Amino acid sequence: MSIFVDENTKVVVQGISPTSQGLYHGLRNRAYGTQVVAGTNPKRGGEVIEGIPIFATVAEAVKATGANASFISVPPKFAADAIIEAAAAGVPFVVCITEGIPAIDEALAYNRLIRDFPSTRLLGPNCPGIISPGKCNIGITSGDIALAGGPVGIVSRSGTLTYQALHELSQHGVGQTSCVGIGGDPVPGTSFIDCLRAFEADPDTRAIMMIGEIGGSAEEEAAEFIASSVTKPVVSYVAGVTAPPGRKMGHAGAIISGSKGTAQAKMDALSAAGVTVAQNLSEAGEAMVDVVKELA
Amino acid sequence: MDLFEYQGKQYFARFGIPISKGGVADTVDEAVVQAEQAGYPVVVKAQVKVGGRGKAGGVKLANDADEVRTHAGNILGLDIKGHVVKRLWIEHASDIEREYYASFTLDRSAKKHLGMLSAEGGVEIEEVAVTNPDAIALIHVDPVDGLSLEAAREWVDRANLDEPARAQAAELLVKLYTCYTEGDCDLAEINPLILTPEGKVHALDAKVTLDDNAAYRHPEWEEFAGADVQDEREARAKERGLNYIGLDGSVGIIANGAGLAMSTLDVVNQCGGSAANFLDIGGGANADVMAAALEVINSDPAVRSIFVNIFGGITLVDEVAKGILEALERVEIHSPIVLRLDGTNAVAGREILADHLSDRLVAEPTMLDAARRVVALAGGQS
Repeated sequence: MSIFVDENTKVVVQGISPTSQGLYHGLRNRAYGTQVVAGTNPKRGGEVIEGIPIFATVAEAVKATGANASFISVPPKFAADAIIEAAAAGVPFVVCITEGIPAIDEALAYNRLIRDFPSTRLLGPNCPGIISPGKCNIGITSGDIALAGGPVGIVSRSGTLTYQALHELSQHGVGQTSCVGIGGDPVPGTSFIDCLRAFEADPDTRAIMMIGEIGGSAEEEAAEFIASSVTKPVVSYVAGVTAPPGRKMGHAGAIISGSKGTAQAKMDALSAAGVTVAQNLSEAGEAMVDVVKELA
Repeated sequence: MDLFEYQGKQYFARFGIPISKGGVADTVDEAVVQAEQAGYPVVVKAQVKVGGRGKAGGVKLANDADEVRTHAGNILGLDIKGHVVKRLWIEHASDIEREYYASFTLDRSAKKHLGMLSAEGGVEIEEVAVTNPDAIALIHVDPVDGLSLEAAREWVDRANLDEPARAQAAELLVKLYTCYTEGDCDLAEINPLILTPEGKVHALDAKVTLDDNAAYRHPEWEEFAGADVQDEREARAKERGLNYIGLDGSVGIIANGAGLAMSTLDVVNQCGGSAANFLDIGGGANADVMAAALEVINSDPAVRSIFVNIFGGITLVDEVAKGILEALERVEIHSPIVLRLDGTNAVAGREILADHLSDRLVAEPTMLDAARRVVALAGGQS
């Protein structure tokens, strides 16, 4: 099994035109084997682009195709509205990879979802998406670095570190059930805890790799959850040990504020929760290989 | 982007938050003109983005033009914790009855906006939070609802502000919330917020951090950006649209993706070296981006070796490889480069570079190997 998406997931790509990022990534996802069933564009309803039927709205796309997931890669100024449009159309799983959404908009969209559309799960924004190897890939992860068959679930705040983690595991012959990039923004729609809970409930996931970074307290909250509610082994890595305070390290959410949000505090919290904390991703990969051996 | 005090105050004023009458001055003569307009006595305040100005002699009271000349002359050019004062804010001095604290920021755990209000202002709020946490009244504001005047009144009562300040403070806090949200601030902080003996409430200081992601809808922010050059390297990188942060080590870093760039800094550190910078060239980097990145790093005299760490996702490694070669043709690089290339089209990328490898352009199979090599080349541990 896998979490959040699988072979039955049908994706509507929001914002498709012959030159859009949405089309580019949507086609890559389809080439991986993902069911990309529809696209949206208010000016191109009724057209077919690269074999993908286009609808004016998400609601029409859902009605016509039964899409149960959406993929958003539109520019920042349109992204929050696109998320709400998908939720209002009843899409249960929305992936938004857009980077650079103002925090005020992101916080507003998140709280509108919680209040008005609680059955919609948002993944992202500013994330690489999700891949359940061999079944479904929504986002920008390169499918060929993933290895199907489990038993490891991956959850990460960073895009390239997610790829690095997949690469480390696949090279060692360790497969993945699902790999979820929750994104580097201050208000992610899906948290570490949401993913840990799902991996804990997924019988095929037998170990979890969690990749954090500086800023906020999501790793500390995850550590508490792991201590109380996760029985499966967790290996972790936290980026930014050497990051200077007060600077946004590329991701909007990766900032040490005063003494809060340091990598060391996060690693300490995870260690205290029984997590194996590695100093870099190679070490994390090797630690996971050992964990997987123990499972057999 | 952090604003100077004067910029923060001018930003507050746009949202109707009362501030002291004043203006900016870059010279002693301008300071006198501003002082005459504000009305004596005035406060002459150094404009630097660092705390502890008062203790460093960067804030002085002046009763007449002679005193303004003396203080302005002393403060302009003053070095406060590495920040040289180039600009002053001259404002009419306020009599202070009481000092409060007020701020809005995002509570990432609660995923709501967080207001902090205290009757004990004028000192570092982190200090108050430790020594007397009960003195801070918190309010979580749901972005969907916003902050009503009614909720602000209740909050002010809870914070135990003095009776004569309460009604004005509540109104001011609603304006501060509007400034924070409509003004796209990461932080909007007033410390101190004062009550004068005449019973007026207004902002005596301003600490504002703007959310760079919202710059597209605030063309008026451009004037703030110009005044903010601290690190020459960062200014050059910004001109080229690069996501660069200057550090003080000797290994130049180029990576794709923020997480990988951060991780590269860490690994260099673990191998006994230290990074000269953080530089994320982002997704889909081409020759132009790579050339610009190498140029910026090349202009840093502290750099002794360069680590190019790429894991291709949407970024195609063969394109990166071409970019490196093109960049090397365009720019003469002073330091040896160590490459680690993985991910999409990595094999093709390595082939493109194979004939060009030398002791100035080295390839290593893994991130750790590359880190060890680049640290050794920088003269650190081998």
